[in-house]
Amino acid sequence: MAANLRIKDHWAEQRLFLGRLILSALLICALSGLVIARLVQLQLIDYDHYSAQSQGNRIRVQPVPPTRGLIFDRHGRVLAENVPSYQLELVPEQVPDLDATLSGLAEIGLLDPVDIAELKELIASHRSFDSIAIRQRLDDEAVARFAVNRPRFPGVEIRARLARNYPYGPAFAHAVGYVGGISAAEKRELDEAEYAGTAVIGKVAVEASYERLLHGKVGHAEVLVNARGRIMDRLGGEASRPGEDLVLSLDVETQLAAWQGLAGRRGAVVAIDPNTGEILAFVSAPSYDSNAFSSGMTRREFRRLQEDPDRPLFNRALRGTYPPGSTIKPLLGLAALDSIGLRPDDTVYCGGYYQLPGKSHRYRDWKPGGHGPVDLHRAIAESCDVYFYDLARQLGIERIASYLKMFGLGSRTGIDLGGEKSGLVPTPEWKRAAFRRREDQVWYPGETVITGIGQGYLLATPLQLAEATATIAARGKRYRPSMLRGVRDPVSGDIEYLGPEPLDEVAVTEPEHWDRIISAMHAVLQSQIGTARAVGYDAPFTMAGKSGTAQVFSVAQDEEYESEDIAERMRDHALFVAFAPLERPAIAVAVVVENGESGSRTAAPIARRVIETYLGTGP
Amino acid sequence: MTTLLNGSRPPRLTATARLLGRLHLDGMLLAGILAIMALGLLVLYSAVGQSEALVLRQAIRLLVALAAMLLVAQLPPAWYRRLAPWLYLAGLLLLALVLYTGDIGKGARRWLDIGLRFQPSEIMKLALPMMLAWLLHERPLPPSFGTILLCLALTLLPVAMIALQPDLGTAILITLAGAAVIFLAGIGAAYLFSAIGVALVSLPALWYFVMHDYQKSRVLTLLDPDRDPLGAGYHIIQSKIAIGSGGLFGKGWLNGSQAQLEFLPERSTDFIFAVIGEEFGLLGALSVLLIYLLIVSRGLFIAATAQDTFSRLLAGSISLTFFFYVFVNTAMVIGLLPVVGVPLPLISAGGTSMVTLLTGFGILMSIQTHRKLLAR
Repeated sequence: MAANLRIKDHWAEQRLFLGRLILSALLICALSGLVIARLVQLQLIDYDHYSAQSQGNRIRVQPVPPTRGLIFDRHGRVLAENVPSYQLELVPEQVPDLDATLSGLAEIGLLDPVDIAELKELIASHRSFDSIAIRQRLDDEAVARFAVNRPRFPGVEIRARLARNYPYGPAFAHAVGYVGGISAAEKRELDEAEYAGTAVIGKVAVEASYERLLHGKVGHAEVLVNARGRIMDRLGGEASRPGEDLVLSLDVETQLAAWQGLAGRRGAVVAIDPNTGEILAFVSAPSYDSNAFSSGMTRREFRRLQEDPDRPLFNRALRGTYPPGSTIKPLLGLAALDSIGLRPDDTVYCGGYYQLPGKSHRYRDWKPGGHGPVDLHRAIAESCDVYFYDLARQLGIERIASYLKMFGLGSRTGIDLGGEKSGLVPTPEWKRAAFRRREDQVWYPGETVITGIGQGYLLATPLQLAEATATIAARGKRYRPSMLRGVRDPVSGDIEYLGPEPLDEVAVTEPEHWDRIISAMHAVLQSQIGTARAVGYDAPFTMAGKSGTAQVFSVAQDEEYESEDIAERMRDHALFVAFAPLERPAIAVAVVVENGESGSRTAAPIARRVIETYLGTGP
Repeated sequence: MTTLLNGSRPPRLTATARLLGRLHLDGMLLAGILAIMALGLLVLYSAVGQSEALVLRQAIRLLVALAAMLLVAQLPPAWYRRLAPWLYLAGLLLLALVLYTGDIGKGARRWLDIGLRFQPSEIMKLALPMMLAWLLHERPLPPSFGTILLCLALTLLPVAMIALQPDLGTAILITLAGAAVIFLAGIGAAYLFSAIGVALVSLPALWYFVMHDYQKSRVLTLLDPDRDPLGAGYHIIQSKIAIGSGGLFGKGWLNGSQAQLEFLPERSTDFIFAVIGEEFGLLGALSVLLIYLLIVSRGLFIAATAQDTFSRLLAGSISLTFFFYVFVNTAMVIGLLPVVGVPLPLISAGGTSMVTLLTGFGILMSIQTHRKLLAR
């Protein structure tokens, strides 16, 4: 303990400390001198050596992008594939005069002169040693033309790449989707390492929904490159793993039948297998060529698509919401049988119009003279409006809404495609929340009446109508609609099927209710009185359906409806829903033709053609 | 006239100096730190491939760290002396916790997740020199043999725990921080030389019993980088090419082909000094070194003029440790030392170590700005 008894001598301690600080400073100087000497050696004495090394051959790790998975229809026919294609690529730092090069390429017809300004922007946004694609999908003739002129264009090269190809183009565009360049917003969302070397990403529909499966796993290669980045030798690395192949539930023939049926029209067709929820056809018309997107369209082409008044980019099957019109009458009939004890034989006298007790407003029937006395069967078969005006009043809006919702209206079906619309099933509660003005928030009895024929605020997508029809065909059993049927291993070729996903059933008190509704829908197509008997009478199979005509334009009281006078876009939408065969339903279809005027004349033939094609009984 | 007459009054202060004084900041130290930070952001922008987002993230880290410094500078050094043993104990406890439950990142168990993820070894970087300075504060210097032994034990305990994680780089730096305190306390030349001797003798033991294979291979690589040009030697070869090809004036900002073509690995973190050497040349590298040396000199000056033993030892240790960071990193990048994971202070991208560094500077400023006027 002797040491601790020493007295602290502050002056001596400080002198000692200063001595140590000086020693430290010397050490710092020595070590710094070492670093400086080394820097001088590297940067001055050996400069030439390292400069040459930096210019010489170097090893670089390059990403090897995976091959995108293929997309097939249910019978293995290719809907999306990768085809080798030639593209023109440019490395800015190797081009002596960019303007001259671009205008020279335009001169020999390899570039469109109007795109040059945009290309220069694109080139400016890249680093000077990046290789930038300036023109995709060169044909053989263009490749030859470039080869002849090649010495004129240093820094420009032809590269073989894989481009996405859609053999059926517009017919499948809204179902399969397309790939396009990765946007800045998408870049933030994804794992950049996984997309190193990949320039495109699924943009809409199946290509977007299953991006993760389709993309695959990136690999890498170690390559020896020279100072200009040109690959001199390959040293090794890890191969990429191609993306999974997708087997969709779509059927090429059925899809094409729907596509041809809508030719020249605006509208949508959705066909579903009622036993599984698998989508068999999914068409929105007009459409666009998905190949144009994957081969890099110019801004001008894209704007033309966007500004087209027929809106070809709009997916009507998924996002178009229409008043369902009379197609919901079978659902209301079922609701009344099930919930308010409607007797099928009860008749209502139809004199051509309907009036609420004590009100003067006349709700007109589509048939000016009226249907006379009608029961439920005739009311559906002949599509009597007066019967359903009265039925809607008896049911009340709350009950109507709850049954429609059971069939999936008013909410998204949950199909495996992004951007689905939910449509609308109106209720007094909804109206209170949706409108600002007090007088608009009131639910009027007349609004219940017109909901009875699928008018008013009620809105549904073609997909929802197909799903509801499939539910009738399956007598209440419901499945989530799905595009993806299975996933195929790209290496082994083994397909793993996903199987149907059941949803909440529509349960009714008596199974006979289904029989009555289905038999009435059968009569629509295949009886003497049905509205669509002209379409259904000669079918070689049994089918059930319901026509619908949805007003776009409201006709004033006592005014004559004269379609010739109404501009084409003001005409009624034509709808038809159907399924077949009755004994063992295999397909349910919903058809919407915008401004098609008559459900039974315009939409029903398309529905029959689709069903016929799928059942293999068509011409 | 009044100033002349009133000789005892301190000279009139400028507005900036008054503001700095009120905030307990040291102007020269702050100027050096800000200069290095600004240069660092410029270099980082080039090193990360011109991504504004990443530079912005680093700028936010710098601001957070500066705020920590400002906060720490407000408390007088006596507070830190009282806090020292408790901080040290807490640091030990957290290190023990890490060994049992810590998160594993990049193959080592270094991270602790309590609300936010951090490395407890960062605390030790300051807690250990504080602890030793606290211990030596009350005792007569130069320290007795017993005191030296105690100091060694207090140093080796946390160092061993960090080496077990394993995090050899941090373990070495903390050893150096402890050694700096003991050295500055004035241990005799005999002890000093025998300590160096023991260290040299124990090197083979370290090699055979403590070091992992990857650590050994880094040392071997230093001696002969070409023995594994694609593996362990890759970093050092590419980094030397980058610096060497920079020459006297450099290739220019954003124009370093080694950095921009992504040949240089870890160019935004541990190897950022190579980007400086490549793009700004020998002149740029020397300028950066000069600013670092100015910061260190100011730190040593603060230590020299500090008023008690605790402050003196702590300030000296913080300044020397800061120099060690700079030296170990630059020496590693230019191939003088093996590759250990030590970032270039204030420039390399990264969060935790930045806060620790500036906390250290905050203590330096506290020591400098809380001095009492003593009659000499």
